[in-house]
Amino acid sequence: MTKKSQDWKDLYSKAPEPEGEMVMPDEPVLFYNELVIDHFTNPRNVGEIEDADGYALIGDPSCGDQMKLWIKVRDGRIVDIKFKSFGCPGAIATSSMCTVMAMGKTIEEAQKLTDDDIIAALEGIPAHKAHCSLMGVTALHEAIRDYEKKQTSGGGA
Amino acid sequence: MKKNKHQEAVHNIMIYLDHNATTALEPAVLEEMLPYFREQFGNASSYYRLGREAKEVLEQSRETVAALIGAQPAEVIFTSGGTESDNLAIRGIARALREKGNHIITSSIEHHAVLRTCEDLQNDGFSVTYLPVDGSGTINPDDVKRRIGKKTILISLMYVNNETGVIQPIEEVGKIAREAGIIFHTDAVQAAGKLPLDVELLNVDLLSITAHKIHGPKGIGALYVRRGTPLRPVMTGGHHEHNLRAGTENLPAIAGFAKALSLVSEQRETEVRSIALLRERLESQVLAQIPDIQINGAGAPRVANTSNISFYSIDGESILLHLDLRGIYASTGSACTTGSPEPSHVLRAMGVPDSIAQGSIRFSLGRDNTEQEIDTVVDALVEITAHLRAITSLKAG
Repeated sequence: MTKKSQDWKDLYSKAPEPEGEMVMPDEPVLFYNELVIDHFTNPRNVGEIEDADGYALIGDPSCGDQMKLWIKVRDGRIVDIKFKSFGCPGAIATSSMCTVMAMGKTIEEAQKLTDDDIIAALEGIPAHKAHCSLMGVTALHEAIRDYEKKQTSGGGA
Repeated sequence: MKKNKHQEAVHNIMIYLDHNATTALEPAVLEEMLPYFREQFGNASSYYRLGREAKEVLEQSRETVAALIGAQPAEVIFTSGGTESDNLAIRGIARALREKGNHIITSSIEHHAVLRTCEDLQNDGFSVTYLPVDGSGTINPDDVKRRIGKKTILISLMYVNNETGVIQPIEEVGKIAREAGIIFHTDAVQAAGKLPLDVELLNVDLLSITAHKIHGPKGIGALYVRRGTPLRPVMTGGHHEHNLRAGTENLPAIAGFAKALSLVSEQRETEVRSIALLRERLESQVLAQIPDIQINGAGAPRVANTSNISFYSIDGESILLHLDLRGIYASTGSACTTGSPEPSHVLRAMGVPDSIAQGSIRFSLGRDNTEQEIDTVVDALVEITAHLRAITSLKAG
């Protein structure tokens, strides 16, 4: 890095480089970072939407993970999103973060969300828990498909 | 690595309910060990006085351990712990009796030290029968009888299951093995300190124990080998341990092991009584205050300290982390499988559906736990289960 006139504070305010830092190396099992613990102990957007525009049920309880996700869409934008999860701390935290990231996004933007985006937003999760983050985005994408199907078949707004 | 604020916050509270994983070293045991690190550091195989003194400590410790399990000193082999004892017993017999047969009988609920060893022997041409258990987690001695064949050379069954605390009918299986002339090994790692251990009453030829489950040091255990049992060493080298386990003896640990076993033998009956009351307190309160749970193995005789509880419709690791954040330490399944996504092989063998096994926590109590701690844990569980059930996508029940 060149020394120029750059303020040293910039170094600290910059977003962390996601490459290679997203997934922590094999740490002891419960070594979740503060942000993951926060989303686990206080998950956002938990609940159900009665008159949802899109719904998804994914996972299999006998495999230890199941998730339900509902979305409400207005003018092509996700205006409400709720989830419920039977899963490990990684599944609960990543699902929570997924709903936070999808809220307010257009359908197009939400479709582009990936599991890596969620892990990056959570500043990393233990490597063997990386697969958990797939649940949230998979459910989100499936709920969007459900919404789109209803649009075409039901002749919605 | 950044530490979690949450994790630091609870460092002043610790309620340890994972004694089947390991236990804290008893201060008197540490005292016993200390001289053999510095002052009396000699090698028990050396000729000079320092070595002879070490040898004396080694043999005294062996006598102590032997006397406490009803064995002769020459029948006790010190090892690095339960896993090595199990390996030496199973591989040692398999190698010694290969000409005679290649069939081993064990159960589906054994510790991985036994299961993986048997699986490894299957790769070498051995055939292994994994006996089923009933819904309460107990093997049926008649099944053992039925599965004995001409090629059977070894029966290996645990005395007490580490996940449920269920006591297996070892004496009965021992009789069957003896009548059939088949060598019988028991992994008694979880029985030490909880049940009387007498190799004569149990009718066993081989018995594994370890020190760190009874407030002794880690890295030391023993295998009882009945005189005349054919056994080939796994670890080869010097003439240590009657040529059955090479390697310089870990004297501080051995002295500590002997001390821990004597202490636990003296205190066992009183300790077990008070621990049983604590478990009763835990289970009755959990049953009264938390709906949709089951206590696994409760229908069978169990050791006094273990309670394996399934909380329906929520995930065990999530419960565990919430407990951890409150400074309460328990485990899902056995400590060695924590972090593996597979549900417990023990609960599976008992017929517990995977989605219920997934929500199981093992609490294993010890001599230092108090009634107040149990009440704190129950309060925490009431809160945690309510919280997680508000999030879950499954219907309870």
